[in-house]
Amino acid sequence: MALTSLRPCGDYRTSYKADQTIFQTRLTLVFVILAIAALCCTPLFASRYVLSLMIQIGYLGIAALGLNILVGFSGQISIGHAVFFGFGGFASAFLADKGVPVPLAIVLAGLWTTVVGLIFGLPAARVKGLYLAIATLAAQFILQDFFVRAEWFTGGTHGAIAAPFTLFGYDLSGDARYFYVVLFFVVVGYIGATNLMRSRDGRALIAVRDHYLSAEMMGVNLTKYRTMAFGISSFYAGIGGALYAHYVGFMSVEGLDILFSIQFLGMIIIGGLGSIMGSLMGTVFMVLLPEATGWLASALSGSVIDQVLHLKDGITYMREMLIGLTIILFLIFEPDGLAHRWRLIKAYWKLYPFSY
Amino acid sequence: MSLPAASAGAATGVSALLDVQNISLRFGGLKALSDVSFHVRPGELFSIIGPNGAGKTSMLNCISGRYTPSDGRVVFDGRDVTKLKPNRRAEIGIGRTFQNLALFSHMSVLDNIMVGRHHLLKNNFFTGALYWIGGAQKEELEHRRKVEEVIDFLDIQHVRKATAGTLSYGLRKRVELARAVALEPKLILLDEPMAGMNLEEKEDMARYIVDLNEEWGMTIIMIEHDMGVVMDISHRVMVLDFGRKLVEGEPAAVLADPHVRKAYLGEEDLEIEEAAPAAVSA
Repeated sequence: MALTSLRPCGDYRTSYKADQTIFQTRLTLVFVILAIAALCCTPLFASRYVLSLMIQIGYLGIAALGLNILVGFSGQISIGHAVFFGFGGFASAFLADKGVPVPLAIVLAGLWTTVVGLIFGLPAARVKGLYLAIATLAAQFILQDFFVRAEWFTGGTHGAIAAPFTLFGYDLSGDARYFYVVLFFVVVGYIGATNLMRSRDGRALIAVRDHYLSAEMMGVNLTKYRTMAFGISSFYAGIGGALYAHYVGFMSVEGLDILFSIQFLGMIIIGGLGSIMGSLMGTVFMVLLPEATGWLASALSGSVIDQVLHLKDGITYMREMLIGLTIILFLIFEPDGLAHRWRLIKAYWKLYPFSY
Repeated sequence: MSLPAASAGAATGVSALLDVQNISLRFGGLKALSDVSFHVRPGELFSIIGPNGAGKTSMLNCISGRYTPSDGRVVFDGRDVTKLKPNRRAEIGIGRTFQNLALFSHMSVLDNIMVGRHHLLKNNFFTGALYWIGGAQKEELEHRRKVEEVIDFLDIQHVRKATAGTLSYGLRKRVELARAVALEPKLILLDEPMAGMNLEEKEDMARYIVDLNEEWGMTIIMIEHDMGVVMDISHRVMVLDFGRKLVEGEPAAVLADPHVRKAYLGEEDLEIEEAAPAAVSA
């Protein structure tokens, strides 16, 4: 959905290939390459704290992209995304424990999660909307329970140790080195999703979302694509979870609750449903929001507000409340998310100062 | 074919592209269609007319697979398609447009039309995600060329990058037609392609339909309320009323039929009402 108005004057396309590019102008491409290059340099000067935040954004961003493909692009709903994230983590830890090299284990974990996602996506072939939401809620509880009981696979309530990431004998586990691993997966994952959405099956997914009756008349097999969306979504969730497991070195069932699933939904709503870069923007927002709350609280410590509200004790509650509040505010004031706001800002500066 | 002899012009030796045999469609106690038979020959422009609620769209839905008829058979191109799933019908060559706009409103016009080529494209989610490596790009570009032909034909070059939901009504109708044409169907079903259009848009649309029929060689079944257009461009017309077929034949014959006048077109003088219906056997 390119905004034609964003193309500079005199930029004529003389081939269909030139017209189908991801980046509409050469300048955008240069910016993106520079941004990735700049990211590659961050471990040289950034603190461990900043790096850990960025890694967190990376693996959550991959999983959020998966959910956006399901919810934003194919128009279905899932409130069980966290367990697919978790399944990926456990599967990768399990595989690595069995002697599979970690990079391969991460990819295999993604594929295993795809299979699980497809199974739990089967109801999508028959039900839509709220009914599907309840079906995915069942997935959330079934898998959560499975994680606790399947000790051979997950280590039960004790959790599983995930081997550190090594590639051809090189240890890539510390924050500074693992950052590149996550960056690689993020770049590949996001480019893959962008390509998917500009080719046959991605278009079919959007078509099913926008008007399933006419999509069916155009030859799109609804059952196949509705289920496929679950598969692709779980693949991304699995990869994200696996990256998380090998980053922390430990995978446990704790934290894989429904609240985490809702947080994923929050990320894509804030970022922008049906926008690939929006998934990343929303993740950045959701990761930084609690941190920013923390900064604010420590900045205010000792002040009158602190004395009245007891910020230090209430910070965990305030974080949760802030997440809820931002989702509500976004739904009201910016339902298309940060990605839409970003497009508006670009359009504004493109035309500045003659916006009419 | 067990067609009644009412359609004088229809009984020639050419085998039918679409043969609808004794279709009935019931929703509980409601009979939407009862025992309707007709056939459409290759290259024909066939219109279905009738008052509101006569079962025209239901008929189209039976052909396109949206509904499965309670009785009867639909034979397309020598093959019984009565129970075939709608998405499989695109592959064997049936395309359609909808009465109420049914575009993918958040996609660009270009992507909308590309969805029409879904069954002709081979790349899947895997090669699609790799794009440059598995040949998906090459294929997309080839089909883009075909889509541009359709865009040129329907004169929508200026909106190809626009989001479909932002277009005006007349343009959306045209994009919908483009999407159905991009399917490269043998038979194209048009459900009120001119509803809600002004005279100029109607003229354009009629031109496109005639061109599709004559130059692109597509067989067309059209539902339309504008009698001027229907009578001008159709080769044959079928009239439905309360789910039954009233008459089928060439436009002039249908226009002259007293039953049709009574049911649909309106009577000019009273004597028709009193005239015996013996003249019509359908």
